[in-house]
Amino acid sequence: MKRSSSTLFYLSIFFLVALGAAAVAAPVIAPYHPTVQNLDDRFSPPSRTHLLGTDNLGRDIFSRIIFGSRSALIVGIVAVTIAVIIGSVVGLIAALSREITDNILMLLMDSLLSFPTILLAITVVSFFGYGLFQVMIAIGIIFSPIFARLVRAEALVIKTEGFVEASRSLGSSTFKIVYKHIIPNLLGKVIVQCSITFALTIVIEASLSYLGLGTQPPTPSWGLMLKDARNYLALAPWMAIYPGLALALTVFSFNILGDVLSERLNPRL
Amino acid sequence: MIRVIPGDPALTVAGVDASESDIAAIRAKLGTDKPLAAQYGQWLLDVFRFDFGHSLTSGRPVTQLILERFPLTLSLAVLGIILSVLIAIPLGVISAVQRWSFWDYLGMLFSQAGMAIPSFWLGILLLLLLSIKYRVFPLFGSGSFSHLVLPSVSLGIARAAVLLRLTRASMIEELSREYIITARAKGLTERMVNYKHALKNALLPVITIAGIQLGYMLGGAIIIEQVFSLPGLGRLFLFAVYQRDFPLIQGGVVFVAFVFSFINFSVDLLYSLLNPRIRIT
Repeated sequence: MKRSSSTLFYLSIFFLVALGAAAVAAPVIAPYHPTVQNLDDRFSPPSRTHLLGTDNLGRDIFSRIIFGSRSALIVGIVAVTIAVIIGSVVGLIAALSREITDNILMLLMDSLLSFPTILLAITVVSFFGYGLFQVMIAIGIIFSPIFARLVRAEALVIKTEGFVEASRSLGSSTFKIVYKHIIPNLLGKVIVQCSITFALTIVIEASLSYLGLGTQPPTPSWGLMLKDARNYLALAPWMAIYPGLALALTVFSFNILGDVLSERLNPRL
Repeated sequence: MIRVIPGDPALTVAGVDASESDIAAIRAKLGTDKPLAAQYGQWLLDVFRFDFGHSLTSGRPVTQLILERFPLTLSLAVLGIILSVLIAIPLGVISAVQRWSFWDYLGMLFSQAGMAIPSFWLGILLLLLLSIKYRVFPLFGSGSFSHLVLPSVSLGIARAAVLLRLTRASMIEELSREYIITARAKGLTERMVNYKHALKNALLPVITIAGIQLGYMLGGAIIIEQVFSLPGLGRLFLFAVYQRDFPLIQGGVVFVAFVFSFINFSVDLLYSLLNPRIRIT
């Protein structure tokens, strides 16, 4: 088990690094332009000229998948950053302040959790308007309660530890205690949660784009590619298979990363 | 809040070649000419009476539209949860009892794959395989049970993956408890120990999560209904978003939140019935 899990771990890291590199160097790697249409070459199956085939407008699917990784990763990075910042600040304030502030803040956060995620995402996006930018903010807000709960729970435990009390009796300010003691001890769990949330974020972005509420055409996005593919399933199955595969592999890699990190960072498990 | 979305619903209702006075009349009828705060107060009052107003696009009461579409979505979610429980519990228990066996690896593979594959892509793959390649299930439409099979499988697999991991972890934890050692020391058979003692306790958290999953499936159904072209609550809601039909959007959100909370509340009640340790007296 130990060996197979670390093999998977390194494979996942390798995949994610390759994906990141592909996203950054997309114009160099992609053999074709992702949005240029070639109507003579519609629906051509995977071949040497088009590695993964072409879509209903003759666009090269391999190139679109590479460019699509940009949408996925950008949404993941920005949304997770927003969620971590909002969540950590709220969680720390809730843990360190008086009971009433704690209750109000956590009630606010819990009310966000009382909706199914995708429903909330659709509602927030329809409020902000459709598009990649709105999706990032929406997902960031929606996932902040997860971090708020995590940070609050951990901070409450760390707050009562001996070393924090010792530091306080030596006259450290609250800010110093948070900065020197609480944050470093929280970091492991937050990083694990980031990895898992990243995977969720990418799925939600793809789902919203599939519904036409996320990334707007012609910008390539995996969800959008799947949406196009739905209408030509019998004619061009490759349109549906490869973007989904890219999506699933990315989510898989982030999940494995999260699992392995949580095993290594939590010696208790 | 939803009314701040750009776009005037009165224009949608009136159509392209309506005159200024027509539009003003429609605004008055919809109440959108009043200040936002007044609109919100009136709406909040109506919600308590379960009245979400009338849909802007079809003119019919929102509550009626929602209740018409809800049974389909609910049956999708219920079928999905039944399927995921049927997969997750047996496989999870076997994985825990025979750790590092073939079944355990199969279970882990299944759960990792199930969590990584987005349900709407699974839906598309199932359509490719079972509706186009082998024509077992219909490609479009609704009305019969066979139309519900593929959508609920797509919904259920991802949830099964989560439940499977939970069942396994919960069962392993129970098996390491002291009462299990006592039971073994009493000379009970492995079967008795595993299935009578450990399973009973291990299932408690699983039931709770399964209930919460049912709520999440209502959200997941939005996108699955789109994939399979099923006329459920999810499609109604999406249609409302596309058309900026705000009474319908608000009604949909409040309704789903209500059902979601109701399910969670029922799960809490069920949990205290099943677990005497936390029973509130």
